[in-house]
Amino acid sequence: MPAMTPSTIELPVTADDYRIARYAAAAIALSVAETALPSPLPGIKPGLANIIVLVVLARYGWRDAAWVSLLRVVAGSLVIGQFLAPGFFLALAGALCSLAVLAAAQHLPPRFFGPVSASVLAAFAHIGGQLLLARAWLVPHDGVFYLLPLFATAALLFGTINGLVAARLLAKPSTEPPAP
Amino acid sequence: MKDNIPDGLRELLEQAAGAGQAPWRTLLRPGDWLLLLCCAALVATSFPLLWRGGVADRAIVKRDGQLVTELALNVARKYEVTGAIGTTVIEVQPGRARVLSDPGPRQYCVQQGWLTRANAVAICAPNHVTLQLAGRGGAHAGYDTINY
Repeated sequence: MPAMTPSTIELPVTADDYRIARYAAAAIALSVAETALPSPLPGIKPGLANIIVLVVLARYGWRDAAWVSLLRVVAGSLVIGQFLAPGFFLALAGALCSLAVLAAAQHLPPRFFGPVSASVLAAFAHIGGQLLLARAWLVPHDGVFYLLPLFATAALLFGTINGLVAARLLAKPSTEPPAP
Repeated sequence: MKDNIPDGLRELLEQAAGAGQAPWRTLLRPGDWLLLLCCAALVATSFPLLWRGGVADRAIVKRDGQLVTELALNVARKYEVTGAIGTTVIEVQPGRARVLSDPGPRQYCVQQGWLTRANAVAICAPNHVTLQLAGRGGAHAGYDTINY
């Protein structure tokens, strides 16, 4: 039996990769834990993983936040067995919309606007993206927009709470473990 | 009671309650307050705006499927339609309409009473007359009496 040839392909892993992986893992854990919570209406949930995205956005910028958010959507849906199911595409649409809004929101003057503003805006973008995709694809009827007041109320409430939690986490000094 | 709690647990509880941390309200900056107020106002106005969709604004009267007349639902009036076996009287009041009388033998459309929702229909089949309400967004918005 011939000896195994050692792999010639080597993927260099940077400190960035470790950091993104660590935050993405936290976001995935939160979004999986959240599926255990009962929800009054499909689509209304706290979106706790967005706390991690907000923290990453404030500390490391939009590129890292986008990585964490999209890894969370893909890996989170794999864990709960929803990958490529309708819920996955709704989550993806919401995440993409909220990332687009966060890209703009990070240019707000930091003296007046903190993580709470970013969180609330991202929450509204999230439901906006989900509702538009739902209208275009899943429920081709304007009736879905009758639910908008409920979704908007939830977005305002959870956006504020998540923003406050992110602001409190950001107020502490970062305890970053060294990359292995 | 307070003395019964072990020190370690008390420390943990105090930490959970946020001891030694900045109070929540200091985490909000002036613009955050402004944005929250604006968003709350927008959300509050979205409730009546979006839940008014089922309100009817006109009554459509048809005979043999052909449009006879459209009556606005803002003034009270009565309207008579001559059908296959007699005269059907439609009564309109602000926001609602009904079939007041009909020559049909079983009076189904009369007993339906007032119609208030968009796309609600009263059908007086023997006389070939129908009364339908319509709202914002045309005949295809919302549900009608049949598929409600």
